[in-house]
Amino acid sequence: MKKSLIKIINPKEFFKGPRVREFEYTFYVIRKNSLSMLGLFGLTLLFIIALIAPYIAPYPEDALGVTHPEKVFLPPSLEHPFGTDDLGRDIFSRVLYGTRIELTIGLIVIFLSLIIGLPLGVISGYFGGFIGEFIMRITDMFLSFPPLLLALAISVSLGPSLTNAMIAIAIAWWPWYSRLAYEQTISIREKQFIEAAKAAGISEFRILFYHILPNCLTPLIVQASMDLGSVILTAASLSFLGLGAQPPQPEWGLMCNIGRIYFLTSWWIATFPGLAIVVTVLILNLLGDGLRDVLDPRSRRFWRR
Amino acid sequence: MIAISTFRYYILRRLILSFIVLFGITIITFTLTRVIPTDPAALWVGPHARKEQVELARETLGLNKPLYIQYFIYMNDLLHGNLGISIRTHRPVIEDMLTFLPASLELIISGMMLGIIFGIPLGVFSALKKDSHIDHFNRIASIGFASMPSFWLGMILQLIFFKHLGILPAGGRISPNVAIFSPINRITGFYTIDCLLSGNWTALFDVLSHMLLPALTLAAYPMALATRMIRATMIETLEEDYIRTARAFGIPDRIINYFYALKNAIPPFITILALSFAYSLTETFLIEYVFDWPGLGRYASLAIISVDYPAIMGITLFIAFIYLFLNLIVDVIIAYLDPRIRLR
Repeated sequence: MKKSLIKIINPKEFFKGPRVREFEYTFYVIRKNSLSMLGLFGLTLLFIIALIAPYIAPYPEDALGVTHPEKVFLPPSLEHPFGTDDLGRDIFSRVLYGTRIELTIGLIVIFLSLIIGLPLGVISGYFGGFIGEFIMRITDMFLSFPPLLLALAISVSLGPSLTNAMIAIAIAWWPWYSRLAYEQTISIREKQFIEAAKAAGISEFRILFYHILPNCLTPLIVQASMDLGSVILTAASLSFLGLGAQPPQPEWGLMCNIGRIYFLTSWWIATFPGLAIVVTVLILNLLGDGLRDVLDPRSRRFWRR
Repeated sequence: MIAISTFRYYILRRLILSFIVLFGITIITFTLTRVIPTDPAALWVGPHARKEQVELARETLGLNKPLYIQYFIYMNDLLHGNLGISIRTHRPVIEDMLTFLPASLELIISGMMLGIIFGIPLGVFSALKKDSHIDHFNRIASIGFASMPSFWLGMILQLIFFKHLGILPAGGRISPNVAIFSPINRITGFYTIDCLLSGNWTALFDVLSHMLLPALTLAAYPMALATRMIRATMIETLEEDYIRTARAFGIPDRIINYFYALKNAIPPFITILALSFAYSLTETFLIEYVFDWPGLGRYASLAIISVDYPAIMGITLFIAFIYLFLNLIVDVIIAYLDPRIRLR
């Protein structure tokens, strides 16, 4: 309490822009919660692993699909920490390379969904009327499918490939952001600074992009980072059914699918990639748990599946 | 009087909106079946067809007609319960779905019950002992369960209970020898209920042991969800003025916690039921595939693997209908319980 008062009086704090203060508040909420701090630390580590995977992987060529028929189904040992799979590839190296694929999938899907959902939500919230109602009803139609189901149906139609799976998940995902942006815009639209901007004769376009959009961004980005884990889980589920990544890509869901065939004789083939999914999604959910308090402490938003 | 009329108005509005959305769902599935695939006619005749055969298929499927007429035909088929013929099983999709549905429902209902039976007490307990070690443990455990891919959890359970302990079967719905020596009379299609009705105890024990692992796998997410939602609601409720008033009156804690406070958790509880049911319907695609459970989910995942369009789209439509219907019911029940919602 006392600390925050000092913060307000401190002129240096006072003259910071509103968005800088918002960012600082977000970081403060994360720092307060030790579990989300753990999440943030974990996420940083994941990004580092993804970046330096070629340098720390003991057998980088295995991740790209080189096979070794002479050492198939080797159990975990010092030489191969996670064992080798049915084609003799080192699973540890493949799991490390998988970090790259999973994070890329997560970021691209979230980015695509934001690109579709954000403008639609802002436009329908700001203009309202027939256009707004029309866009929101379309959003409702997409929201009436469980996300995994819609993503499955779309990627079956598009054909099995990682790119198609990402497109499919994004199509299943954007309505959440469009809904959230719509709700935000509605509440901002009535604020006095928008009225003032209108009175000053600023064009509608400028109000929309310079005054409304930036104010919608924080909750949307918070929500998006909370969803990263769910997106990775959905992508892994698609790959597990053979729709997402295709061999020899080192995608974790796909590796689990291959491991499933040999699971009762060679448990390590599916266990370690699956464990990697659990750890990654757990890290992202821990971080999201703290971020949820920024968005709305009383919200009922939980992990989407 | 006024309250009732706003409630009726709310239901009417929700019904109309649901019909609009229902219409939209059919448009989306129509788009997915007829527009996106490169050539449905080529898919229909198979890979080694001659050009005339493709043309003939286009004629019989009505693909040379304008899109809106195609949509009209599609809707007409839907209203007559015709979802097309499965490419993999060569049977009408609707018949296949009705055959496989009871097995899935049995699994889903038992999984949800397990999840909720464990989840709600954990949530209440966590809320009452907020910020204790047990609360922290519960929170981490529920985040952990929500982060697990169900296919992986299923495989790990198989590894432990089938391979290492050898006490539970790895998959299937009933052991072959039990199915031969004490066959189950099909009454409802739910094996457990059929066994109970005909007093077939050997088979009941076998069926339950087959069901335990997939049901536990399915229960992980509903349990995490229930723990979280009940905990959040309880913490919020326990800080309300009326609870403090009740305490001031000297009402025992036990009655306050489980009678006055838990009552507020009914709307989130209903939401959990609907959410986890919808989740389970899709998640069985993965779980039934792992456990070889002969239900709708395994039918769906096999259809996905063999690119059986009519079956996949039939199931998608079916689950979307259920999802929409559940959402409608949940909204109506919650509006009935909480009059504030009707006015929104």
